[in-house]
Amino acid sequence: MEKQYCRLTAHEIRDALRAGDVTAEAVARSYLDRIARVDDRVRAYVDVWRDYALERAGKIDARLAKGEDPGALAGIPIALKDVLCTTVGRTECCSKILKGYRSPYDATAVRTMREAGAVFLGKTNMDEFAMGSSTENSTVQMTRNPWNLACVPGGSSGGAAAAVAADEAAIAIGSDTGGSVRQPAALCGCLGLKPTYGRVSRYGLVAFASSLDQIGPFTKDVEDMALIMNVLFGKDPMDATSADLEVPDFTRCLDAGVSGLTVGLPKEYFTEALNAEMRSKVEGAVAVLEKLGAKAIEVSLPHTPYAIAVYYIICTAEASANLARFDGVRYGYRASNVADVKDMYHRTKSEGFGPEVQRRIMLGTYVLSSGYYDAYYLKAQKVRALIRRDFEAAFERCDVILTPTSPTPAFKFGEKTADPLEMYLSDIYTISVNLAGIPGLSIPCGLTARGLPVGLQILAKPFAEETLLRAAYAYEHSRGFDMGRPPLD
Amino acid sequence: MAKITKEDVEHVADLAQLTLDEATKERLVRELGDILAYMDKLNELNTDGIEPVMHVLPLTNVFREDVLGESLEREVALANAPKTDDVYFLVPQILDTE
Repeated sequence: MEKQYCRLTAHEIRDALRAGDVTAEAVARSYLDRIARVDDRVRAYVDVWRDYALERAGKIDARLAKGEDPGALAGIPIALKDVLCTTVGRTECCSKILKGYRSPYDATAVRTMREAGAVFLGKTNMDEFAMGSSTENSTVQMTRNPWNLACVPGGSSGGAAAAVAADEAAIAIGSDTGGSVRQPAALCGCLGLKPTYGRVSRYGLVAFASSLDQIGPFTKDVEDMALIMNVLFGKDPMDATSADLEVPDFTRCLDAGVSGLTVGLPKEYFTEALNAEMRSKVEGAVAVLEKLGAKAIEVSLPHTPYAIAVYYIICTAEASANLARFDGVRYGYRASNVADVKDMYHRTKSEGFGPEVQRRIMLGTYVLSSGYYDAYYLKAQKVRALIRRDFEAAFERCDVILTPTSPTPAFKFGEKTADPLEMYLSDIYTISVNLAGIPGLSIPCGLTARGLPVGLQILAKPFAEETLLRAAYAYEHSRGFDMGRPPLD
Repeated sequence: MAKITKEDVEHVADLAQLTLDEATKERLVRELGDILAYMDKLNELNTDGIEPVMHVLPLTNVFREDVLGESLEREVALANAPKTDDVYFLVPQILDTE
């Protein structure tokens, strides 16, 4: 039997390729075989690019054979959330309104990874237009949690998280507007990063809420996270909001240790709303860091109880503006047999967008509409300022903040779909981070008694991703347990 | 805040260019009402004198050099359109020909 290269991390694949122990094609085949074996159960992918991946891998092997440097991600199999524009395959955001759309350009993140030698395996499932916390809003399929197929993978990047957790990709790229990378990473037992706003170009990321959206990676360990950050981060003239800052070599800051680091624990996050099992896992992680020389203190983020209200006003307002472009004129679905232009717009949108997307467009249009703008939208932007100040004040006293990533482990299908507010509340620990624009990383910190992964969220000051990685790496190497693998074999 | 009515839902749907059936309108009256009631908790906070945060980065007017760049070829730009005449995007007639 062929070796299961799909179990390796990206840096292990890189080292094996450079040592000549394996070919990029063998690695790609191992992943494609794995997808063929398990994806009919997990359903992480909406499109698998088998021929493309093998062709790309062959080219990487040819470059390696010639002694060329094929790049930092050479031969690494990577999956892409269907929200990223790709000239290969289709870009549909798992929505009827974009069915069949073929992007004429690649997202900057996709281009830079390809130039670094990445081998893309295909597109992964997501909540329609990244709106959701369970991937149940996909119009294509339901992705299942690899640890328990009766549970959701989280969302909105549920397919990307499940693909990495199930060894169907070495790395996957998602997007995080209110927790859509970190929450599914936590529920699926892999790592997920929401970079500081501005770190990664949003060019070619189909927009949901432009002041909150960031592209973020899923990986199997911290070293892989550093590897992919080195490629994704940086200024892009095509995104005016991308930050013009030096990108350090993140792989060099990993083993700096946590001695002398101050860890803040926000008291508003550790309330009775937090599942007891989750709390004990997170407290266990804090104890690990304390043993390594970090100091834990209590901090306060007093405006936490208002974050969900602020978030769902701002994100729906921005979404209602961003999604207005899907009018059936230049691309995507157009309703047939229309009476006139107005009828075409109305029926195209009503037939093309799913229920959650329509609900958010309605809410966003309402909070921006005449007579309500000040009461909702402007008010929310002011409270957003207070939430940001909370973090600024907390980070005057500590270097990183530790929280649970999600209030509960993975939940069952249908458990939260009846009540939209209930679903919104599953993002309670992640959304403030987008509102404040700071970076956040979710890293596995154990399994519940029922075998479901628990995520620890580490937060840092804007552009202090090196501190995040330092803390995460120290924890990963001292946590004293192995997460194991989901029971798929 | 005022309770959301069916007329509100119809007005907002028209602004958002959505056509809703009766059952969806009823559902949205309930759901949007619940969500907006939840959002009213923001009124507990005094935000007088607080500058709103529209954006987390301190950016204003990001300029670039005024030079020609590459743009999409016409056939590429039209390739995804539901209806074209190979030069323009086609939509149902907007103005009377008279």
